[in-house]
Amino acid sequence: MEGEIPTLAVEGLKTFFFTKLGVAQAVNGVSFTVRKGEVVGLVGESGSGKSVTGFSLIGLVDPPGRVVEGKILFRGEDLAQADEDRMRSLRGRRIAMIFQDPMMTLNPVLRIDTQMIEAVRAHEKISEGDARIRARDALVQVGIPSPDERLKAYPHQFSGGMRQRVAIATALLHKPDLIIADEPTTALDVTIQGQILHEVQKLCRETGMSLIWITHDLSVVAGLADRICVMYAGKIVEKGKISDVLDSPLHPYTNGLIGSVPSHNRRGQPLAQIPGMTPSLLNLPQGCAFHPRCPRAGASCLVEPDITEPAKSDHQVRCVNPHLETS
Amino acid sequence: MMAEPLIELRDVSKRFVKTLDLAEKIVNFAGGNLREEVVHAVDKVNLHVDEGEVVGLVGESGCGKSTLGRVIAGIHAVSGGAVYYRGKDVTGLSPEKAKEWGLDVQMIFQDPMSSLNPRMRVRDIIGEAPVVHGIVDAGEMDNYVDDMLLRVGLDPLFKRRYPHQFSGGQRQRIGIARALAVRPGFLVCDEAIAALDVSIQAQVINLFSDLRQDLNLTYLFISHDLGVVEHLSDRVVIMYLGRVVESAPTEALFDEPNHPYTIALLAEVPRIENRGRKFMPIKGEIPSPIDPPSGCHFHPRCPHATERCALEQPILREVAPARYSACHLNDEA
Ligand SMILES: Nc1ncnc2c1ncn2[C@@H]1O[C@H](COP(=O)(O)OP(=O)(O)OP(=O)(O)O)[C@@H](O)[C@H]1O
Ligand SMILES: Nc1ncnc2c1ncn2[C@@H]1O[C@H](COP(=O)(O)OP(=O)(O)OP(=O)(O)O)[C@@H](O)[C@H]1O
Ligand code: SF4
Ligand code: SF4
Ligand SMILES: [Mg+2]
Ligand SMILES: [Mg+2]
Repeated sequence: MEGEIPTLAVEGLKTFFFTKLGVAQAVNGVSFTVRKGEVVGLVGESGSGKSVTGFSLIGLVDPPGRVVEGKILFRGEDLAQADEDRMRSLRGRRIAMIFQDPMMTLNPVLRIDTQMIEAVRAHEKISEGDARIRARDALVQVGIPSPDERLKAYPHQFSGGMRQRVAIATALLHKPDLIIADEPTTALDVTIQGQILHEVQKLCRETGMSLIWITHDLSVVAGLADRICVMYAGKIVEKGKISDVLDSPLHPYTNGLIGSVPSHNRRGQPLAQIPGMTPSLLNLPQGCAFHPRCPRAGASCLVEPDITEPAKSDHQVRCVNPHLETS
Repeated sequence: MMAEPLIELRDVSKRFVKTLDLAEKIVNFAGGNLREEVVHAVDKVNLHVDEGEVVGLVGESGCGKSTLGRVIAGIHAVSGGAVYYRGKDVTGLSPEKAKEWGLDVQMIFQDPMSSLNPRMRVRDIIGEAPVVHGIVDAGEMDNYVDDMLLRVGLDPLFKRRYPHQFSGGQRQRIGIARALAVRPGFLVCDEAIAALDVSIQAQVINLFSDLRQDLNLTYLFISHDLGVVEHLSDRVVIMYLGRVVESAPTEALFDEPNHPYTIALLAEVPRIENRGRKFMPIKGEIPSPIDPPSGCHFHPRCPHATERCALEQPILREVAPARYSACHLNDEA
């Protein structure tokens, strides 16, 4: 696959919110790529800029927010420069987004078939009958039993997990190249979450669809993703193959996050804690934004660290004093 | 050490009746046939928690965990069965007696913000109840509040602040300090860390472990996060649709689950150790507690179900020392 154009290449993306209290640098120089058929996990604590990154990619940042810099290369085309017409024709067709709340995608007063057929025909000139077949197939794909009857139902007649699967089916209608999923299983039960993870994983393997999975749950990403990006205060502080990052984390923040997850092997032992609190974006610490909470901080951390690849290729970190001793 | 059950439930049931609203009554008046719906949230549960023990309570959404927790904390009256506290039947206590018992059992809720009065300062949130109940003199209140704050790892200077001036993890600590202030013997924690950020979850989990050591507290820890339950509990109780289906010491349960539902549930747990795994989900939807499946409630989703499973309810019984399971498969062995 050398030389193949990645499905998505984000370069130096900056999305700021111009509020009365000041400029919130929600996404501040983010770069990553997603290859064909690849699942990339985007993790970080609340407010680190995960959702704003997702919204920036599909051109859905609302004022006072704005993409102020950077490239969003979708199969080579820079979406940061695309006009609204172009974005509208891509959204839902080539790029789709799934939200934590499926009702952001579904209309409560319309039957499922009405909504899905409309969604198909918004981008393609096909007959209503063919659109219905497409909708039905998409429901089958996400494991909804008796799809013909289900098509005639309204969203409130579904359980939360089923509703989320319908939202995913809707996202799949046009076989998009890229799906951005923003915490779609966080509100669901483990068993229902397992069903959904099973379906999306299969789709990526079988159809070459690419997926960005946004979550704060490292355990979910560990099983699902091929690669992972860890965000802190608007920046990606570490990225690489899932096993490299989780087995030999380089950044002290990643290391802290992993230590704070209860693990089978360390039952009953105290969990590692990351001291302190998430900083306010309006008042970020100088230099490395993590330094007030970092156990390895030193004087050199007061200057913004560069991205380096100190251990392995394709395993990058933004830290002057990474954990090299463990890797 | 002979452990005494601190709390014991015998055949406890809790039903909720969803009465018809006006519109539905009108439909009936016009010849409709709508009936009141009864939710069997908790169905003949037997459970005990020993002094000093931490019991984890796990199950899918709607299976009755919170309802059971509220029954134990004395917030809900039972619809059937009996609750014993330190060997005494507390099921039908007079209001004053119930209050005494209620102070000994405190509940900590999922959302720290909604359970703290936004207009009260932290000092009063924590100190009011102990003064009212004569646990400390009014003059001692400030010192007492300082102690409680230190205990949960907060600076006593914070006591003049209001809840909104704290982070999520700090607010959860305030909720815990308030619960501890009335010197309970037993804490019911209902999804007490679910709403917190990962890095803050660790702080609160560690706090629960420390408090247990320091104060010899007993917990019922309700969560659908099996990783957290495994980390904190001595024993785990699994519920499915209002019934307890398995109960076992934590290690035994995670190493060798007995009930097919437990086996399926454990297979679903995302774990940081597992990479590129294949998710093999449990088939089917969570059934409704209004109209639960006959026999073994799990039979429509169970890979081992037989005819008998649809007809006959399996009884929770001891299948190995200290291990209980409710599944007909255990009869064949
Ligand atoms: N409309 C807005 N106006 C001002 N600031 C905003 C706005 N929307 C988002 N932000 C800020 O951007 C930052 C990043 O928010 P984002 O929603 O991307 O976080 P997140 O990583 O998705 O967090 P969570 O895990 O809580 O969903 C936050 O600090 C937030 O306050
Ligand atoms: N006050 C109430 N009135 C009517 N029904 C109720 C009431 N409280 C709970 N129920 C019902 O009882 C059942 C069990 O609810 P409960 O809140 O105990 O579940 P849970 O296991 O805590 O679920 P979750 O994991 O979603 O918190 C559900 O079907 C619920 O709808
Ligand atoms: S740059 Fe310094 S403060 Fe930042 S993470 Fe690395 S060691 Fe810690
Ligand atoms: S009783 Fe039957 S249906 Fe229920 S768990 Fe056991 S085998 Fe499965
Ligand atoms: Mg978000
Ligand atoms: Mg609950």
